[in-house]
Amino acid sequence: MIIKVSDNIISPLGVGSEENFIRVSKGESMLRRHEDAEGLLQPYYASLFTERRVFSELCIEAAEEALWGCGVDASSDKVLFVVSTTKGEDLELYHSSEKIVKHFGNKNGVIVVSNACTSGVCAQITAARMLNTGKYDTAIVVGCDIQTPFIVSGFQSFKALSDELCRPFDGARRGLNLGEAAAAMILRRTDDIEEGQWEYVAGGIHNDANHISGPSRTGEGALRCLNDVRNGGFGDLAFVNLHGTASLYNDDMESVAINRAGLGEMPVNSLKGYYGHTMGAAGVLETIISMKAVEHNIVLGTRGLVTVGTVENVNASNENRSCGGNGFVKLLSGFGGSNAAVRWRIKR
Amino acid sequence: MRIVIDGKKVVLDGCQVETKECGEKMLTELYRRYVGDYPKFFKMDTLSKLGFIASELLLQREASLRGVERFVPSEERGVIMGNRSASIVNDREYEKTIQKGDYYPSPALFVYTLPNIVTGEIAIRNKFYGESGFYVVEDKETLMEIVRSSSMKAGIVGWVECRGRNDFEADVELI
Repeated sequence: MIIKVSDNIISPLGVGSEENFIRVSKGESMLRRHEDAEGLLQPYYASLFTERRVFSELCIEAAEEALWGCGVDASSDKVLFVVSTTKGEDLELYHSSEKIVKHFGNKNGVIVVSNACTSGVCAQITAARMLNTGKYDTAIVVGCDIQTPFIVSGFQSFKALSDELCRPFDGARRGLNLGEAAAAMILRRTDDIEEGQWEYVAGGIHNDANHISGPSRTGEGALRCLNDVRNGGFGDLAFVNLHGTASLYNDDMESVAINRAGLGEMPVNSLKGYYGHTMGAAGVLETIISMKAVEHNIVLGTRGLVTVGTVENVNASNENRSCGGNGFVKLLSGFGGSNAAVRWRIKR
Repeated sequence: MRIVIDGKKVVLDGCQVETKECGEKMLTELYRRYVGDYPKFFKMDTLSKLGFIASELLLQREASLRGVERFVPSEERGVIMGNRSASIVNDREYEKTIQKGDYYPSPALFVYTLPNIVTGEIAIRNKFYGESGFYVVEDKETLMEIVRSSSMKAGIVGWVECRGRNDFEADVELI
């Protein structure tokens, strides 16, 4: 089986997974209105670091902290690095991700998963599969993106950004907010799992086969991903952590997909109201925060949501709710018609 | 079945496909001769055109040799591709449109600043609901290791590298 042995988050909200979880559970966010000094971009809302960060350095910092104290020799040929990013550093995805493995003296090369906004979940799935081949025994998964005028201008040209704080699943949602962060998870292949450890249960990746820049209205890819992680049933889940970007089409699509999967009553949430859409980091960061939430028996509130107004109903709230269950599903979708889901379970 | 394309020639299962043009013009020539009914082709970036043409020639050959009907929705079939330089050529094109004094960002260009769009284009064209994914890795061997570890048993897999509008190579298989 594949287990998670360690993790770390560096975000504008704080350093360390624990600090991030505490601040999120208190309803805090660093989403702010930003103006472009060059005057090219329209003002936008985003969760940004106060100082300019460099992609490779931030990834190294996130991985180093995750590695601390878990007895992994990152230079070993049994260790594989999997990086999730959409833009890397100066658009050089391979070169900038290679800096990370070189820093740790790892000679295996690096796998960069570039599947748009689903990359962070796809990276976990790819890492788990590569571990299961037996060639590697540990995988270091790092998700990161730094916001640039390149990304902001692109999303603005798509009219995808909200001119206010994002409101996932809300009837009056007006688009997404962007964010930057780095998040790392250390995964290991093992025969033993201890109490309190997380086991990777299943993952699925599917295409909508519909459109390159809009999701399927019927949630074709997302539904197939949910079916891949069904694994006999969803009875032990605490919640499903949705993508919930607060774009009109994404949230509607997800509401359709989870209802088609029979999850209409299942508690769901979105973390975009705390972090914005952190792109390559999103899948990893939101998985880690969801693990912490299950450990604390809560479904985190969907910050920014007032009244649910998706095409199909979703069981979401802006307040933290207590819950049972010992696992969760993390769902993502993105450009290129890509969708991905991963399911994790805690050993109690 | 396998197709190998570079800026100058196309080899399908060991046989060279006759072409007059080079580079991106060669892809357009192939589109006009063998496809012709999918005008979305002209909106694609070079990387997507390359992957699209490779997949079309493979699937047409499968249809003619094995009598497999095209465009039948498939749950199993997917598209996994990879390269070293992601979508750098189109990324640099988009970058030119957001310079100070010359700012006109285009959503049509921006959407192709992701390498996985080519896998999406092929999945959409053929109604492949299976896995789709793009990996930026050292070489084709690493990509194939990822493919073998995946749950995808059928579809289009391969290497699509684009370093310039006339400087590209593809080595793509139908599995």
